[in-house]
Amino acid sequence: METAIRVRGVAKTYAEGGVRVSALDGVDLDVYRGEVLLLMGPSGSGKTTLLSIMGCILRSSSGSVQIAGSEITHLKERDLPGVRLRHVGFVFQAFNLFPTLTAQENVEVTLELKGVRGAQAHKQARELLAQVHLADKCSAFPADLSGGQKQRVALARALAGSPEILLADEPTAALDSHTGRAVLELLCELAHGQNRAVVIVTHDSRVADLGDRLVHLEDGRISSVERLSNRLATMPQPGANSQSTFTRL
Amino acid sequence: MPPLARRNLFHDKIRLAVTLTGITFAVLLVVVELGLFLGFSTTTSSLIDRSGADLWIASKNVSYIEQGAPFSERKLYQVRATPGVASAQKYIARFASWKRHEGGHESVQVVGFNIGELPQQASGGHTGESGQVMGGPWNITAGTVADLNAPEAVLVDDLYWKKLGITHVGEVFELNGYRARVVGTTHGIRSFTTAPYVFTTFKNAQNFTLLRQDQTIFILVRAPPGAHLKELQRDLESRVSGVDVLTTSQFSNMTRSYWMFTTGAGVAVLLAALLGLVVGIVVVTQTIYATTMDHLREYGTLKAIGAPNSYLYRVIFEQAAMSAVMGYALGISLGLFLVRSSEQGGVAILLPWPMAALIFALTLLMCGIAAAVSINKVTQLDPAMVFRN
Repeated sequence: METAIRVRGVAKTYAEGGVRVSALDGVDLDVYRGEVLLLMGPSGSGKTTLLSIMGCILRSSSGSVQIAGSEITHLKERDLPGVRLRHVGFVFQAFNLFPTLTAQENVEVTLELKGVRGAQAHKQARELLAQVHLADKCSAFPADLSGGQKQRVALARALAGSPEILLADEPTAALDSHTGRAVLELLCELAHGQNRAVVIVTHDSRVADLGDRLVHLEDGRISSVERLSNRLATMPQPGANSQSTFTRL
Repeated sequence: MPPLARRNLFHDKIRLAVTLTGITFAVLLVVVELGLFLGFSTTTSSLIDRSGADLWIASKNVSYIEQGAPFSERKLYQVRATPGVASAQKYIARFASWKRHEGGHESVQVVGFNIGELPQQASGGHTGESGQVMGGPWNITAGTVADLNAPEAVLVDDLYWKKLGITHVGEVFELNGYRARVVGTTHGIRSFTTAPYVFTTFKNAQNFTLLRQDQTIFILVRAPPGAHLKELQRDLESRVSGVDVLTTSQFSNMTRSYWMFTTGAGVAVLLAALLGLVVGIVVVTQTIYATTMDHLREYGTLKAIGAPNSYLYRVIFEQAAMSAVMGYALGISLGLFLVRSSEQGGVAILLPWPMAALIFALTLLMCGIAAAVSINKVTQLDPAMVFRN
């Protein structure tokens, strides 16, 4: 299977009040296209930090990160937005929709950033909303949508321009269990049906059965990796030769 | 393009109202102050600019028209004898005291000019630009220049009738102890000082200003069409001693410069205009900054999904530009209303279109500066904020 994200020996340290705090410590991880990887762990374990590094939002203190085969750790700050735009779609816990724009316009913002404009942007935005079962909500403003609908608009926005990687930070936290599960099912569909790599940070163990792999983080290290489906039975295991705490199952 | 800037701007109506109020009043303040400056400036030199003369001859070192000092009228003959002079006339602009019927005195500025041979238009009725006698009044709305030939006759602008206690044409007043009869009126000839202009013949003016019969204050010179004024100016300077020979534009600029800058009046008005601009910048900066802060999470989201800083700058600048256009439209409308109202008063506020264009550019600049402050905040924004709740 094609590797979408390759993380090797990634560490992240912060200086907090003169004290160095380690958020990540030598993490090795591969994320493949067509899989749903669940990232779990207690608060402060480094889940969001790892997600931010994989999404080129945060720079690692050391180690190597490859996105779609390209090393990004040596890129300049001004080049990172371009990498995000080309390869990564984000889904946030609080949806982060633009409240003054309609659902369709929210999707069109990303399309515009990717150079799709005018009638083409309108058409693609409508198609993406239809893909997340919101064809009838194109003209609705976020305030008029339910939590689940908002998250689906956010999903359509993340899919704009067809990135090969989707990163979701607690996408079900603001949703009831039924709606949350529906959103995760949609993410799984997008991973399996459209050959995307989907990484989901979640606290919700009830949805663990929906993923293909479950990675546990503790104190900035991977404590375990659990295979949840047979989809990736032939998947090569990352970090075989590394000195990290990667746990092979 | 999704209308993010417009929607964000119109989303909070109260904030938009505050922003527009700030810009509108900043524009209005600048319109009024710059309009006053221009009005004052034009008024100070209106007698010179509208005199129809090409050259002014004044006593030495006169720096503005009100400063004119008497000199011998014999110089008039030297001037007339100079080759290249088409015509030359004596001219008086001097302060005098006007006595109101009910008691009390008002300072006026007597303007005495030589009627000479009147053109057909001037003697026939309302005097037009082309028919204006050198140094004479313009915009005559009652009476004619020819009416001034009568002894004691004066023309007073209708803006000042109330101030001088005039109620009708034909009324007689006392001017420096001499009888003065109002034979007509002009409209819109303002005086920069508090002393209204009283137009009369040179002969009457000599009496009203207690000037000796063999003296004048200025000599106005007209050159033939196409004449080289600088050359004529040099000739007159060499032939006529003890006086300054100034072109009309030189004397106009000197007078304007004196009143606007030497006295500090213009500086005060310009400072007020600058303050208006500064207040506008502060108000608009504050409101645009507050709007940006309100939408900070959205800007963070845009950065996270890969928007370059230039995209965010464009959104903020669009908001500022839209605010500028709307605020300018409101401010200039109110300004035009004030300009129209000022036409009936003693203070002129002028708003020519180049000044309106300049104020539009200033408004855009003001909003641009305001946007730049917000842009600084957005530039420093960490896109990782989207993961923090």
